[in-house]
Amino acid sequence: MSVLVYIDTLSGKIAKNAMEAVQYGSKIGSTTVVTNGDISEGELSKLGAYGASKVLVNKALKSNDSEQITKLVAKAVESTGAETVVFSHDLVGRAVAPRLSVLLNAGLVSGAVALPNDNGQVKVNVFSGKAYGFVNVKTSKKVIALTPNSVGVVPGSGEASVEAFDADLGASKITVKEIKKQEGDILLPEAELVVSGGRGLKGPENWGMIEDLAKVLGAATACSRPVADIGWRPHHEHVGQTGVAIRPNLYIAAGISGAIQHLAGVNASKVIVVINTDPEAPFFKAADYGIVGDAFDVIPKLTEEIKKLKAEN
Amino acid sequence: MKLLVCISKAPDTTSKIDFKDNNTEFNEAGVQFIVNPYDEWYALVRALELKEANGGSVTTITVGTAEDDSIIRKALAIGADNAVRVDAKAEDAYFTAFQIAEYAKANGFDMVLTGKETINFNGSQIGGMIAQLLDQPFVSLATKLEMSGNTATIDQEIVGGSEIISLETPFVLSAAKGMAEQRIPNMRGIMAARTKPLEVIPAAACDAMTSFETFELPEAKSACKYVDADNVAELVSLLHNEAKII
Ligand SMILES: Cc1cc2nc3c(=O)[nH]c(=O)nc-3n(C[C@H](O)[C@H](O)[C@H](O)COP(=O)(O)OP(=O)(O)OC[C@H]3O[C@@H](n4cnc5c(N)ncnc54)[C@H](O)[C@@H]3O)c2cc1C
Repeated sequence: MSVLVYIDTLSGKIAKNAMEAVQYGSKIGSTTVVTNGDISEGELSKLGAYGASKVLVNKALKSNDSEQITKLVAKAVESTGAETVVFSHDLVGRAVAPRLSVLLNAGLVSGAVALPNDNGQVKVNVFSGKAYGFVNVKTSKKVIALTPNSVGVVPGSGEASVEAFDADLGASKITVKEIKKQEGDILLPEAELVVSGGRGLKGPENWGMIEDLAKVLGAATACSRPVADIGWRPHHEHVGQTGVAIRPNLYIAAGISGAIQHLAGVNASKVIVVINTDPEAPFFKAADYGIVGDAFDVIPKLTEEIKKLKAEN
Repeated sequence: MKLLVCISKAPDTTSKIDFKDNNTEFNEAGVQFIVNPYDEWYALVRALELKEANGGSVTTITVGTAEDDSIIRKALAIGADNAVRVDAKAEDAYFTAFQIAEYAKANGFDMVLTGKETINFNGSQIGGMIAQLLDQPFVSLATKLEMSGNTATIDQEIVGGSEIISLETPFVLSAAKGMAEQRIPNMRGIMAARTKPLEVIPAAACDAMTSFETFELPEAKSACKYVDADNVAELVSLLHNEAKII
């Protein structure tokens, strides 16, 4: 079967969730990648290590306008004869995959967390992480949007051939006036390690210790909803049922009670560590490791101990 | 400005999720339903603010059965002018988007607003599909929206940050956190909602492209291992040697 994977490379780099989507595609069939923007051929050829045989790149398209990307991907589907198109269920995938599904009359599975099973059904996240569903696609063509960090990625070897790919994309109806880069380089939705703080940390001035711990770990920072609502932390850090849903390898929660809406967004994390003064905090029921104690005391100690560990290894 | 806001029913966020009929259907017994938070807090409230500032109208649309009428009345109580319900079970995202697009085509709106996703299916599918069906631009995950005449200026979440974009109506937008503040309906709104028009229209012919076959619950976690607050080194050792994640 022929598979096409669209990845966003506007940053000039290939993000981990993009490699993951490519490798996922290569396990379904022979995989071509399509992307756009100013990214070097050398960088793109590395996708061979994740199972891509060919990469089509449209350098002229430098925005993430979903109308134009949809046209680009549709043209690539036509030229490769792909039957399955894979996206990462990231911010670009969320906008483009539904459009492409309509254009190609190809059923869309979004939020996939596994490869199609023997019946061709795809397991997805539903009820904000509280359950899984198995989706059957009735159309012959399929679009699958893969949840970041769901199947993981293991580099192999090989190089992909890179080809320029032109398509008639029409004029964009959207004008980009300003781009604001998020501070810190580890993006929360794709982060493998996350340190998160709740209302128990009392105020924004106390986030230094959270950032210090995140720094020694190489982790992204996150927070509970009230913390973002009061403005202690930016909205994009809010995790939970009405925020970002994440599935890192490690989630450290300090001063968060573990309300059901918070858990919904984080309980797919592989290992959860909870630090809370209240032994009755509901979060301990969802935790793998717990410390009943004061975050102001425990977090700096944890940072020191991890520094020691890193120094030894 | 004529605004159309998509409203979906969702289980209350505290609901216990389980399934019936051999795990093929969500078990609604004892579940309280709410307006999907993204639809209500962000899409609907921002649409109402725009109407209050610039005039126009706010219509809500829901694809669903008569059981959805109570959450539709809630949207009317918050301030929508009128509501439409396409009388059909929402088979899948495509079926739902198709119904909404048909209504939007027939009635002409300046903007169609959806929430970022529903909290039951988390698909983020409807908005983009409607945009494609209407052949309009789609702004996904908008966190701020200002109008000046027919020109919209929007803050949009993108990979690694955000961008400010501008475009002309008509377009489709999905609303995320930051757009507006939740509004609690007052008594007058609730009274008025009872008599506001709720039009029920038949569904247009459309085949769903996907279906949910079965559901399952995540495996239960094993019990939490407690570490003494005075022995943080042990936690680090467990994370390193036992869990092997640092
Ligand atoms: C419709 C709806 C949607 C929602 N969506 C979300 C969502 O997406 N994400 C989300 O997070 N919430 C969400 N909520 C809110 C949720 O119900 C909780 O109110 C919220 O998660 C609580 O945040 P918190 O744990 O930071 O604060 P609190 O509940 O106030 O808990 C603070 C915790 O800190 C502990 N603590 C205090 N001092 C210390 C200390 N010195 N050291 C260690 N621990 C300490 C306390 O024991 C307590 O457990 C939603 C609510 C609703 C109604």
